[in-house]
Amino acid sequence: MERRKNLSQLLLGKKRRLDKTFYLLVLSAAGYTLLMLALIAYAVGDGSIEIFSFEGLNFFTNTDWNAVYGREAFGALPYIIGTLITSAIAMAIGVPISLGIAIFLSDIGPSRLTRPLSFVIELLAAVPSVIYGLWALFVFRFWVIDLIERPLYNAFGGYIPLFAKTPFGLDVFTAGIVLAIMIIPIISSISRELLRAVPETQREAAYSLGATRWETLRVAVFPYVKSGLFGASFLGLGRAVGETILVTMVIGNAVGINAIPTSLFSQSQTLSSVIANEFNEAASSLHLSALIALGAVLLILTMVINIGGQLLVSRMVKVSPGVRE
Amino acid sequence: MQQAKIDKITLIRELQKTMERKSSRKRKIDKLVTVLAIAGVCLAIIPLGSILFEVIKNGASAISIEFLIERPGALASGKGGIAPAIQGTLITVGLGSIIAAPIGVLAGIYLSEFAGTGPFPHAVRFFNDVLTGLPSIVLGIVGYIVVVLSLGSFSVWAGAFALSIIMIPIVVRVTEESLKVVPNSIREAGYSLGISKWKITIFITLKSALSGVLTGIVLGISRIAGETAPLIMTILGTSLFFTSFNEPVDALPLRIWRLASQPYESAHSQGWGAALILILIVMSFSIALRLLAMRRGYKVSSVM
Repeated sequence: MERRKNLSQLLLGKKRRLDKTFYLLVLSAAGYTLLMLALIAYAVGDGSIEIFSFEGLNFFTNTDWNAVYGREAFGALPYIIGTLITSAIAMAIGVPISLGIAIFLSDIGPSRLTRPLSFVIELLAAVPSVIYGLWALFVFRFWVIDLIERPLYNAFGGYIPLFAKTPFGLDVFTAGIVLAIMIIPIISSISRELLRAVPETQREAAYSLGATRWETLRVAVFPYVKSGLFGASFLGLGRAVGETILVTMVIGNAVGINAIPTSLFSQSQTLSSVIANEFNEAASSLHLSALIALGAVLLILTMVINIGGQLLVSRMVKVSPGVRE
Repeated sequence: MQQAKIDKITLIRELQKTMERKSSRKRKIDKLVTVLAIAGVCLAIIPLGSILFEVIKNGASAISIEFLIERPGALASGKGGIAPAIQGTLITVGLGSIIAAPIGVLAGIYLSEFAGTGPFPHAVRFFNDVLTGLPSIVLGIVGYIVVVLSLGSFSVWAGAFALSIIMIPIVVRVTEESLKVVPNSIREAGYSLGISKWKITIFITLKSALSGVLTGIVLGISRIAGETAPLIMTILGTSLFFTSFNEPVDALPLRIWRLASQPYESAHSQGWGAALILILIVMSFSIALRLLAMRRGYKVSSVM
């Protein structure tokens, strides 16, 4: 009896200790993700100190970008503008198309069509961005020149500054369109989930009052998921702002003041494309620090956008449980 | 009297007419929306079709045995292959997922099995989502500062480290979600037998959610296999074969980018060939993912 008690205590004690070890193991794995974020913030912040002590806050407003020794000047403004403009073009094109796709997948298409279609759209998300870049550089660019840019230039180039500048295909417009193609799968699949999460009774109520499909969507469905749809677009925007290699391949890579686009057909650069283009050839530690500071700006920009989007989408999902079955 | 009756009748007729007109307008708008939605679908499918078509058409003609097993030849010669890039991608992505998969799965276990609703698990979930959305080039910078600068050389370690930060949040998320749908009665059965919690978690809960967890891992791998930006400042790229984890190595996405930036027709053709290999690798993961998901009946989106 005594021995048995000892034995059970012994086993239980061991059990408890192993349980505790396991708990600490999973806890530290969870802590690791927080640690990574802290590390990212520290590394990027620490790396950009040098440029901020050199340029101060002018870093955000200067338009010069010169790494030549003795004439150094680093201003992020052109690249911030380039990033915002390409992303805006991407959103203007990508969001309506994505919403159309989401509506088709949730409300219009028959299920034997929507199922393979969802797969195809997800395949679009699986294509690596460097392959988008390759395709855009050697194929899509010429479609853009022939079908859109040259007609626009010929028609309005003379008197509307937006379309001035001989189209070359490597410009903010092309970059914006290809970014739109890239973010369509993200926005459309989240929007589809949101639309599907709207209870069927909402729709039935509208139909029973004689509403058409569009009226049903407008009156009974959209108000229900509006903020979620905004959130989905935000998440797409976050991706567009941070995308690097594809933009680097098609934006034409102008530097400094030349990177401020004056028309849709201007060459430019984004925050991320400058980093990709110059990081390995950085001329000095100051230059490197300037590039890291561009990374810091990019980091803060995408974080704000993504957190906003996440909050909007997750609030929706909470309102309507059952999105993820 | 008569007049009033006629008036009424005409009034009703008028009303009917306007209603008909209105409803035909309604229907027209409805049709228009349908057409626009279908147009959106077509606009999304055209690029995918064109990308696959061009990659297969241009890539197939570039691929040969030599292309698959040899080092890149002299610039603009069109000779040689991309073997170091294939090898480098497999090694870097492999090492990255060896780092990310265990950490991601364990953190997912924490969130699903151990965390309550306190502020810490809440913070982990929140920042994990934040981590998912970070631009990959920033993670490249972090890999450079943290690993390259401290080791003193561009290396496989740095690349794998940067890629692992991209993969971890994906694995965490999917693991947590697939563990959560395991019915509680299964865990309780374990408890009633006096099995310790870690054993229940690993041998019962995790095992019954295994295909879901694997789905997350495969999803993460397919995502990092196509990444280019964080590799630029971590593994650098080279035309040599792998020698050590402390040395630069090549990768397919990097090679495609460099080949596309060269002004030679032959380099472009090789770029398409490398793109075909890369797309085959990534797509095979995507299809494996589908099969895994189908087996379990999960809804898994590769868009995260």
